[in-house]
Amino acid sequence: MAVITYREALRAAMREELQRDENVVVMGEEVAQFNGAYKVTEGLLKEFGPKRVVDTPISEAGFIGLGIGASMLGIRPVMELMFWSFSYVAFDQIVNNAGNIRYMSGGLINCPIVIRGPANGGTNVGATHSHTPEAILASHPGIKVVCPATPYDAKGLMKAAIRDNDPVYVMENTILYNDKGEVPDEDYIVPLGVADVKRVGTDLTIVAHGRAVITSLKAAEILEKEHGVSVEVVDLRSIRPLDEETILASVRKTHRALLVEENKPFCGVDAQIAYLIQAKAFDDLDAPIGRVSSIDAPQIYCKRMEDQQLPHPARVVEAALKVLA
Amino acid sequence: MAKPAVLTHPESLKKPAGPSEFAKHPVNAALSKAEKVALYTKMARIRHFEQRCIRTYQQGKIGGFLHLYVGQEAVAAGTISLLGKHDHIITGYRDHGHGLMVGMSMNECMAELTGKVTGCSQGKGGSMHYFAPDKNYWGGHGIVGGQAPLGTGLAYAVKYKGLKGCCLAYMGDGAVNQGAVHEAYNLAALWDLPMIFVIENNGYSMGTSQERSTAHPGCLAKRAEGYGMAWDVINGHDVYEVRAKTDAAVKRAHEESKPTVLEIFTYRYFGHSMADPDKTYRDKDEIKEYREKKDPVLLFENELLAEGVLTPATRDAINEAAMAEADVAAAFAEESPDPTVADITKHIYWEEDNRGPNSTSRGTIIFE
Ligand SMILES: Cc1ncc(C[n+]2csc(CCOP(=O)(O)OP(=O)(O)O)c2C)c(N)n1
Ligand SMILES: [Mg+2]
Repeated sequence: MAVITYREALRAAMREELQRDENVVVMGEEVAQFNGAYKVTEGLLKEFGPKRVVDTPISEAGFIGLGIGASMLGIRPVMELMFWSFSYVAFDQIVNNAGNIRYMSGGLINCPIVIRGPANGGTNVGATHSHTPEAILASHPGIKVVCPATPYDAKGLMKAAIRDNDPVYVMENTILYNDKGEVPDEDYIVPLGVADVKRVGTDLTIVAHGRAVITSLKAAEILEKEHGVSVEVVDLRSIRPLDEETILASVRKTHRALLVEENKPFCGVDAQIAYLIQAKAFDDLDAPIGRVSSIDAPQIYCKRMEDQQLPHPARVVEAALKVLA
Repeated sequence: MAKPAVLTHPESLKKPAGPSEFAKHPVNAALSKAEKVALYTKMARIRHFEQRCIRTYQQGKIGGFLHLYVGQEAVAAGTISLLGKHDHIITGYRDHGHGLMVGMSMNECMAELTGKVTGCSQGKGGSMHYFAPDKNYWGGHGIVGGQAPLGTGLAYAVKYKGLKGCCLAYMGDGAVNQGAVHEAYNLAALWDLPMIFVIENNGYSMGTSQERSTAHPGCLAKRAEGYGMAWDVINGHDVYEVRAKTDAAVKRAHEESKPTVLEIFTYRYFGHSMADPDKTYRDKDEIKEYREKKDPVLLFENELLAEGVLTPATRDAINEAAMAEADVAAAFAEESPDPTVADITKHIYWEEDNRGPNSTSRGTIIFE
């Protein structure tokens, strides 16, 4: 096992898949000669050449649409969005075309495309660059969405996504890019739709995804040390498909649930999870389900206030204590 | 990609920079000495403000993205100096120069960068999202190309209201490849809107040279022909040339309600943003060449010294005052308070901020 960063894990996944399958192509703005705006694709051009690693103009609707078209003919494009915030100029391609083509063709056409890039707030760049569209996208049947929180999951999910025959949208996080973790040297995948219990506990289940997992783990530490509470943290890893069983099993054990995400609350991922828990584990609950999301406003620029707007450990602890009260 | 055989660049750019051929153009000849000094002062203020921003950023007081305008001053200065009461502007994220040109204060601009409540957008927008609608400045837009349709809408509104005005929408050389820009071109041409698309061609979109991003018939402005729009190419190092050629476009908009695409050749001295180490995609010598031979502030300064409008002493005084003003702004930004947590949920909806008996909606609109 090597200890590598989240960024390196993503890169290793792409590298190995580029080696494994000659139809894999990495494409996006600044991915090749500039080595990636966030250096995720660093070195790939050098290793694989300009046919496999391709710089595009700032034409998201065009090149994402192109990738979708190419995938229909068997290419496996891995498209980088510099930020998921820029997916909105390509929304029609991403939702209407990639998400519907298989259905509308009665199963005749597949769309094995991966679209990846960071989707997070917390970097002081304001409302236009801080979107977390996983709930919006996952609300469209036909689309798969994953949100890795650790290097291990980043690599395993990325490789699974590239081998998947449906459109898979991978939401990364610039704040996690330098996080380090153990990653196996041998080939592995993390199948989509399998949640991971990142911390075992008995008194409360926290369900989270993406960086909210890291925030929740910090909060769980505090809850243990300062309040003597044993918290289980379930990392969804994948939003659609969703591992309902792991969530329910944990709630059946702890009888209390707190849902944490960096999305805005309205129709966030956690709205779906809350529905699931009350529908299938209502009798197991000892308290109403708690929830921590971003404060409901466009992302504020001011860094100090943005740190308050996003879920942070103190807010998670406070909400946990309410669910435990 | 092969370069096109014939490049359509401004004639003046093909020669070494010297005295402006456009100094005697009527729109420049009409400037009083005081107006020329004022124009120079504005360019110097942009330069010094931006350089002060670098320091504030390096001190860790500005975060996020900071895109500097240093090297491009003559573009905002020349074009905006021509505008009147019913003329509007809108641009991308490289928006500080335009803000200072329309008369925003250094204080509100700097305080916005440090996320303070005294900033032009109360610490909510940041570097990429300056706004001053009272000065006909509609932002400050972070998404590449997004401002082009908005600007076209401003031009539509001006025309709709029967006003003699226009809108200038600025964008970069990389932005011309956004679909929204082409849709805006078509609308402006189809509906005869008083619209001027200004391409600030600084040669690069992030780490991508213009040749690597764009299929083009010699220049970017020429794409206007596909829409039957007028176009021109401009040497953006010469503020007199910028004024002279933009004036024709403004007249076309005001008198004939017709759109124009202007491509202004310019150069940015620093990386794409402060986050760009600027080490890989262009030559240090190229930057040096521009700084030394084509600097728009220096060229205009020489012009005005030769005309006897500036003296070395007045020039120095102007620059010192601009530097001092930027220092004051940095101190103001430092001392100003942050917005509060309660401020986070303000300014989302007009109605929430203006609740009254005539409100047209009910129910929960901000969620827990
Ligand atoms: C739709 C969209 N895609 C990508 C980006 C990221 N991005 C910001 S600026 C930029 C380069 C733009 O270059 P150009 O248009 O030449 O303007 P310049 O920065 O040179 O002023 C890119 C790719 C963005 N903000 N919006
Ligand atoms: Mg550019």
